[in-house]
Amino acid sequence: MASISFSNVTKRYPGGHEALHDINLVIESGEMVFFTGHSGAGKSTLLKLIPAIERPSLGTVLVNGQNVGRMRPAAVPFLRRSIGVVFQDQRLLNDRNVFDNVMLPLAAAGHPPRDAAKRVRAALAKVGLLERERAFPMTLSGGEQQRLCIARAVVGRPSILIADEPTASLDTDYAERIIEIFRDFNQVGVTVLISTHDRGLVARYAPRTIMLREGEVIE
Amino acid sequence: MTAWLRQHRAGLIGTLSRLLRSPLATGLNVLVIGTALALPLGAYVTLSYLQQLARASVVDPEISVFLDLDAGSADVDRISTELKQSSEIRSFRFVPRDKAFADLRRNESLGEVVASLSQNPLPDAFIVTLHRDAAESAATLAKHLKALPKVAHVQYDAAWAKRMRGLIDLGRAATVVLGVLLGLALVAVIFNTIRLQILTQREEIEVSRLVGATESFIRRPFLYLGALLGLGGGLMALALIGTIGLYLAQKVAAVVSLYSLGADFVFFTPEDAIAVVVFASVLGLAGAWLSVSRHLHSTP
Repeated sequence: MASISFSNVTKRYPGGHEALHDINLVIESGEMVFFTGHSGAGKSTLLKLIPAIERPSLGTVLVNGQNVGRMRPAAVPFLRRSIGVVFQDQRLLNDRNVFDNVMLPLAAAGHPPRDAAKRVRAALAKVGLLERERAFPMTLSGGEQQRLCIARAVVGRPSILIADEPTASLDTDYAERIIEIFRDFNQVGVTVLISTHDRGLVARYAPRTIMLREGEVIE
Repeated sequence: MTAWLRQHRAGLIGTLSRLLRSPLATGLNVLVIGTALALPLGAYVTLSYLQQLARASVVDPEISVFLDLDAGSADVDRISTELKQSSEIRSFRFVPRDKAFADLRRNESLGEVVASLSQNPLPDAFIVTLHRDAAESAATLAKHLKALPKVAHVQYDAAWAKRMRGLIDLGRAATVVLGVLLGLALVAVIFNTIRLQILTQREEIEVSRLVGATESFIRRPFLYLGALLGLGGGLMALALIGTIGLYLAQKVAAVVSLYSLGADFVFFTPEDAIAVVVFASVLGLAGAWLSVSRHLHSTP
């Protein structure tokens, strides 16, 4: 079953810049896919279309059978609960500790607090941050912050996990550990989409790779 | 249903703890709102005080009935029988012309004038006291008494009571206007407070949206914030008026004893207090709702 499909998708930003041009893609459920290409090639835009952070100008984006480009605003939160996102700019809340940052998606979804706390600790244990749950994001290292982002992305047990440049600011060893974490999720059936410009990383794992250049797919 | 209640509880607790984390800002906000509410509330309390004072001090309505100078004792008897039959009259007393003249003569400032009079110019008179609630029909009764034979003149002085009532009506209208204006001010204060809070929490709002929070989840804490600020402001207004009342209590007590009002005078009833707090909370909620509708859409 196709998890995500793009048909003739074009994204033009206000002002006329065309970030994506006539994209056609099918990603099966349970796949792990790398998106590569230079900065500005359209990787981030493409990934943002999936949780409806951006909407396509033309064409159709289907996620689990739903046309997310035409989704009512009121339905978008429920789509986003089934998709975990590790944002390029991390988007951590610095006035909340590690535990509360990871709790946010569950609180937003209205989970019972006791059950939610268990799931938060499970997610933190998975990324190796359980002993830092009272720490604030600013006091974490870059790698720890990235793992915190992953914990927040996976705590809602999404069927799709998206990571935009998750290894950008990390050294090679650390980057590999991060990718290992994503692989573990993929192995339990989660569809994983990762964008990176680190060709070495892609070469080592050799998963399905989609290359973008100037808004077009050159697989 | 339980999830819904849980989210509300979480929203309320989250908002409360946020308020308590910055006690100075919260306190100042509540003080501003409380002062804005205290003004119309103070006016209301003052008015109801004046009203109680007026009710107690306006002597029972009186009608003076002056007879013709040639009225005899038979006429006096006839009129007093007539007066006894009227249900609106509580009591009356007869003032014979000789007694009235003697009283007048005793008045020092008028002594010389009175002494120059060759004969008593004063008529017999009845001073009629009506029941307190008969004030409205006093004019009709006065007309009726005027029509009796040998009645020369009937005097009913309602001007003071009317003036008092007019003043209180005016004061009440002014209080309503003041209340409406300051209610608007309260909405504006909350509107702006919530706007600033939305700006402060912009990051949190954006992230919450990205991880699947619904709009109502995002709005809820701000609505609670508005209602809680209103509630706090209402309580503050009651505290302010109560404190001022205590401060003025001795002077008030002096006035109260002067008019023999007794201890039953109250600033505001518990119902009034509850109404003020509920009203303030609703205004706070309204201000927050306006602000949230206006400002939350502007975030992506």
